[in-house]
Amino acid sequence: MEKSNVRPDDWQRRRDHLRESSDEELKARFWHLTEEVIAPMVRLAQTQTTPSIERSVLLRMGFSDAEAKAVVQQTIEHRRMGKGAGHCVYALSLIDHIDIRTAGLKLGAGEGWDRLERRFGGNPR
Amino acid sequence: MKPEDKLDLRAILADLDNYVPRRRGWTWRKPVDRLRMNGYEYSDCSEPLKNSVPPIAAKSFGGIDPQPRQVITTEIASGRFEDDIRRMRMAAWHGADHIMVIRTAGQSHFDGLIEGTPQGIGGVPITRKQLRASRKALDLIEDEVGRPINFHSYVSGVAGPEIAVLFAEEGVNGAHQDPQYNVLYRNINMVRSFVDAAESKKIMAWADMLQIDGAHNANATAKEAWKVMPELLVQHAINCAFSLQAGMKKENIALSTVPPTASPAPDLKTNLPYAVALRDFFSGYRMRAQMNTKYMESSTREATVTHVLNMMISKLTSADIQSTITPDEGRNVPWHMYNIEACDTARQALVGMDGLSELVEIRKDGLMAEKVREIKERAVLFLEEMLAGGGYFRAVEDGFFIDSGIFPERNGDGIRRKIAGGIGANTVFERDSDYFAPVPCHFGFNNVAQYGLRPDEDPASLIGGSTFTDRSKIRYVDELDPEDNVERRMAETARYADGAVITPEVQWRGDGIVVVDLTFPASLPVSQAAALEIGKRMNLEDVEVIHRESLHPSEATRIQLRGRIALDVDVAKLSIPEEPKRLSDAEITAYVHDHPLRIVAATVGEDEHSVGLREIIDIKHGGIEKYGILCEYLGTSVPVDKLVDAAIETDARAILLSTIISHDDIHYKNMKKIHDYAVEKGVRDRMILIAGGTQVTPELAVKQGMDAGFGRGTHGVDVATFLVERLKEKGN
Repeated sequence: MEKSNVRPDDWQRRRDHLRESSDEELKARFWHLTEEVIAPMVRLAQTQTTPSIERSVLLRMGFSDAEAKAVVQQTIEHRRMGKGAGHCVYALSLIDHIDIRTAGLKLGAGEGWDRLERRFGGNPR
Repeated sequence: MKPEDKLDLRAILADLDNYVPRRRGWTWRKPVDRLRMNGYEYSDCSEPLKNSVPPIAAKSFGGIDPQPRQVITTEIASGRFEDDIRRMRMAAWHGADHIMVIRTAGQSHFDGLIEGTPQGIGGVPITRKQLRASRKALDLIEDEVGRPINFHSYVSGVAGPEIAVLFAEEGVNGAHQDPQYNVLYRNINMVRSFVDAAESKKIMAWADMLQIDGAHNANATAKEAWKVMPELLVQHAINCAFSLQAGMKKENIALSTVPPTASPAPDLKTNLPYAVALRDFFSGYRMRAQMNTKYMESSTREATVTHVLNMMISKLTSADIQSTITPDEGRNVPWHMYNIEACDTARQALVGMDGLSELVEIRKDGLMAEKVREIKERAVLFLEEMLAGGGYFRAVEDGFFIDSGIFPERNGDGIRRKIAGGIGANTVFERDSDYFAPVPCHFGFNNVAQYGLRPDEDPASLIGGSTFTDRSKIRYVDELDPEDNVERRMAETARYADGAVITPEVQWRGDGIVVVDLTFPASLPVSQAAALEIGKRMNLEDVEVIHRESLHPSEATRIQLRGRIALDVDVAKLSIPEEPKRLSDAEITAYVHDHPLRIVAATVGEDEHSVGLREIIDIKHGGIEKYGILCEYLGTSVPVDKLVDAAIETDARAILLSTIISHDDIHYKNMKKIHDYAVEKGVRDRMILIAGGTQVTPELAVKQGMDAGFGRGTHGVDVATFLVERLKEKGN
């Protein structure tokens, strides 16, 4: 990319390599380039998560927005976002033999994280 | 719900915790092949409505209300959903079937969901309660008009995925979703925006929602809107391709496209090639044709002309959805009547251009072909340079987007965002190898195998289902704020709740806002000051000039003034004239058969108008001739004495005089004159004198000596009914 962000309209010069392509070829090129542009963003989305995504998971699990917020906040503080906030809730419900709602409300209140520590181990991040 | 009954807000608010939306997903109109109405054949229309307010001119066309094929959008943004739902009903009756609810300012930066019914600014806070109440009202409204209504809002900001879940659960039918909108216009971190967007889109795909992108904002933001055309193609493409990756169906992905420029630029020369280039590249995707807002000022007329030209582009190319912009958007958040005007403009223009593609064809050579090709090439060059420079994020950092040059021209004034900056920066976390989310519609890596599930199994089966399969799991929150809610607002406007006392309104019940249209024989500054002074003396509060328009620098200026009027009216104390009684055609015909009747008619004075009178008389317009009344039409600019003499000569029992020109009350003066002349001739008692015209007030006509006066909206049957009734009174 050029350093300078100012330049005159040099479309006539730059279009040389496009001149000979048919409309169909131009269209195919447009979509091929678009695929290339978005590929890294798609990869990111497949491998990353965010507080909003985790809250949306908790909403689908039956928590209110306020409850979900508390759980995600705690998940971030305990550096367990890599596991997934919904995963933390599910895991605690298994460990403590309690239902999903009770597990989520506990985690939101800051309880039960020590048990998850033992289960997940490793280096929290 | 009956048309004569108002929406019952109490009933709508009751039992919302148990409300279940009727359906998910988007609904298109049902096209009708060769629709026939009133003797016309329509090429591009859809199933008619059960109930509607037809176009004003429809009364000359058998009351028909043909509906175009395009879904018609109206955007509602008053800040109070309880008033918005009334407007939704009005809009549906004027042909809208896509209700777009604008979000309150600031919601895109709200980290989570808003609950309850707080008042908004420039839109409403989108909450579960507000969605349920609105959707419940729309259920009633769609039954009333007989066509499904799509409900729509926004899945953007820092809480996109949660909002997508909310919308999926509550049966919202369409939404804006475009991570680029977050990045460029809301300064939300770009990595966060794209990661969130994939999840949002996957959820929207499950809910079968129609997605509209955000590219049109580039047009509204750029300094010279038409110069972003190449970039617009790129923005549309990024969102489309990303959405497909997230699992959306192509037919549920709509481009929000705006004709980039407006007159006085050569509108079509720029906008039409652009529209063609776009549709060439994006075949298979849906087109949501938005109207140009960039150059809107306070003139509602000027905006309307731009919008009609925009719809010509829609008709010449294609549009699945025709969005409407209210013509007052350049001066305030839309008011009731302008939402309706915008819907009416769309309906009128689209129906008026019915069959356009059977009449004309867009050229595929010459200027047209050159321009289409140029736009496409510039867009391809944009993508090439973006990739060569390191991809999308780098390009945004370098101010690639919303630059005011037409790419590859660059003016260095694009919007720049930092990859590590913006709201929500550093809130993206890498998923571990045992990352897991026990829910459906989750985008990307999800290690379900660790709990013994196959990839095609619903992860929520481990927790007994999700809210998507079991609504009883949804946590409904009623209100969080005891001060800022619908109950409080209803208490404040209780005086107007049942319609027994009314006051004018433009957006909220009881807002008391009126507009005064004033033309002063003075310059603009003088006229503006004079208008404000008059507004004060009219006892208007919060007086504000909303439109100024020079008719001539010194001769005249038009000012539109808004103000609040502290007056209301007790409906029970009004004297409301009854709707005129009409005899049936059979009754009139029978009477005239037994009592032959002759009349003479003319337009009197120096007045060349003849259309109105001919409509009253002519059999082909349903005029009084059809009852067998013998009509002698004398023409236009007939002196009143001639008219009376002709009546005497032909032994006519009635005179119909038409008076259109009302300058200096000439119409009333002519009525007085004909009455006096008939008295002088000794025929006044025998003769029935009837005056008609668009500026005629019936009571004033009678004061001038007429037996009756008929104003705007009169039909032959009204005049014939009066003649028969009066002759009966007179004992023939």
